[in-house]
Amino acid sequence: MKRSVWNRWNACWLGLIIVCYGLLSILISTGIMNNIYVTVLMGIGINIILAVSLNLIIGITGQFSLGHAGFMCIGAYASGVMMKQFSSSITGVLLGMLIGMLISAVVALLVAGPTLRLKGDYLAIATLGFGEIIRIVVLNLDITNGAAGLILQKVVNWPIIYLFVVLSLVIVVNFGISAKGRACLAIREDEVAAEAMGINTTKYKIEAFVIGAIIASVAGSLYAGSFYVIKPDMFTFTKSIDILVIVVFGGMGSVTGSVIAATAIGFINIFLQQFAEIRMIAYGLALVCIMIFRPGGLLSTKEFTFTGLWKWMKKRRVKA
Amino acid sequence: MTLLKTTNLTRIFGGLAAVSDVSIDIQEQDLVGLIGPNGAGKTTLFNLLTGVYEPSAGTIEFQIKDEMKSIGGMPPYAITKLGIARTFQNIRLFKNLTVLDNVKIAMNQNIKYHTLSAILRLPSYYREEQRVEEMAWKLLDVVHLADKGKELAKNLPYGEQRRLEIARALATEPKLLFLDEPAAGMNPQETKDLTILIRQIQKQFHLTIILIEHDMSLVMSLCEKIYVLDYGKCIAYGSPEEIRNNPRVIEAYLGEDAGC
Repeated sequence: MKRSVWNRWNACWLGLIIVCYGLLSILISTGIMNNIYVTVLMGIGINIILAVSLNLIIGITGQFSLGHAGFMCIGAYASGVMMKQFSSSITGVLLGMLIGMLISAVVALLVAGPTLRLKGDYLAIATLGFGEIIRIVVLNLDITNGAAGLILQKVVNWPIIYLFVVLSLVIVVNFGISAKGRACLAIREDEVAAEAMGINTTKYKIEAFVIGAIIASVAGSLYAGSFYVIKPDMFTFTKSIDILVIVVFGGMGSVTGSVIAATAIGFINIFLQQFAEIRMIAYGLALVCIMIFRPGGLLSTKEFTFTGLWKWMKKRRVKA
Repeated sequence: MTLLKTTNLTRIFGGLAAVSDVSIDIQEQDLVGLIGPNGAGKTTLFNLLTGVYEPSAGTIEFQIKDEMKSIGGMPPYAITKLGIARTFQNIRLFKNLTVLDNVKIAMNQNIKYHTLSAILRLPSYYREEQRVEEMAWKLLDVVHLADKGKELAKNLPYGEQRRLEIARALATEPKLLFLDEPAAGMNPQETKDLTILIRQIQKQFHLTIILIEHDMSLVMSLCEKIYVLDYGKCIAYGSPEEIRNNPRVIEAYLGEDAGC
């Protein structure tokens, strides 16, 4: 059988993408989802992009990075500055996005070389420190308006975010199942054996790190165009932890898990808004429960695929 | 023709010479045994030859396109690319991946598509993936694991994990294969099957094989030549018959005066 991109599984995915889009636009145009929900939805979209990009680094390649907010910060400020200086429309956001991607790629390359030699806790601390460096640089520049941050217009609407969510999912998933993705998985499983099987571990770690950084920067740009204001203290390491929580919650190594977790946490947050005082407690409790009952996260390393669904349905039919 | 040659190869850890002044010469298509008491430096020698450790002194030369070139100090992945593969004494499979993926990963160095064609799913991606998959199934067939391809590597029984390590090493398309205690922990029947398998893959893939083994029945029946290490030094070299009767070897294994 000759395989190509035009097969029925890819058609299923395309169908799912269109159906989701259609469903959301119906819900929004009929007013069932009001503006508050649309804003929540956009936040969830951005969190999905951030989580899948971090999942590429932590879940697939097994490199524990805590500097993800730094790359988001680069993207946000690149777009923010371009919107202020150049054009406050969507063009400014997209132009800033490109610049942000470029800066993030270069910074990630520079950082990856020395830090990815470290392992486990040491790598986490090094990347954490690096994220703080970016934030403090932004805090002290004139063009970024220091601690006051930038007040921006809202020019990004939900279809744009939806498009970028789909794009980043396609990139991460396709990277993950390619030969390079397998090399990254091998690094996660056993670095010594991976190296002995002809895999240049440093190169693949850097590649995954740079791709993750670029996607995080895109999420930052979208954030700048969606939420009116960006300030350096939005990108502290607690933001990195927030993203990490989504990844761990969904299951390290599962892109489907990240999507579900980002959505679930988004909705849990709205629900908990009514109980502002106990919000963080409930949030923490939910995490503790997840770790006790499903230590690998909601989906651990499993992925949703149409081939898997098909096989599962067939098995059920045989049983019945 | 010589495939691998070391001259006065030495590796020192602190004050201890784990491997000292070892000179070996491996001919093409040889099946060589490497034996010695525990702690003799056999695995350290393997680690030196496969690039895990850098030599403290001495040279390692490998035949590349009919020329002997120095490979001492090259990183392991580069050495694997030249055609040297290995298995590990303490099994090091990619445990949470499928048996098939374990083999596919080892073929990575020969996959010719770019990250971009994977992300855009260009025809080259599908073509290469199909080729790799077919080849992986063939290799699994060689080690009699074709029916276990979709299982996770950690769920295989011990003997099959050892065979999977061999399949994974073969997937890198080696000329020279290092087997580090392939029969460790196997029962006599499994060892017998393994002997047949090693002979078969050597013929089928035109391999040169060097193996570390404590199971003397396997070494004596399989290897044409044997090197004996003791305290990091090479104390004997010869055919199985010569090694069996060599007084220095008997002394290393059984202690002084035990040979009488």
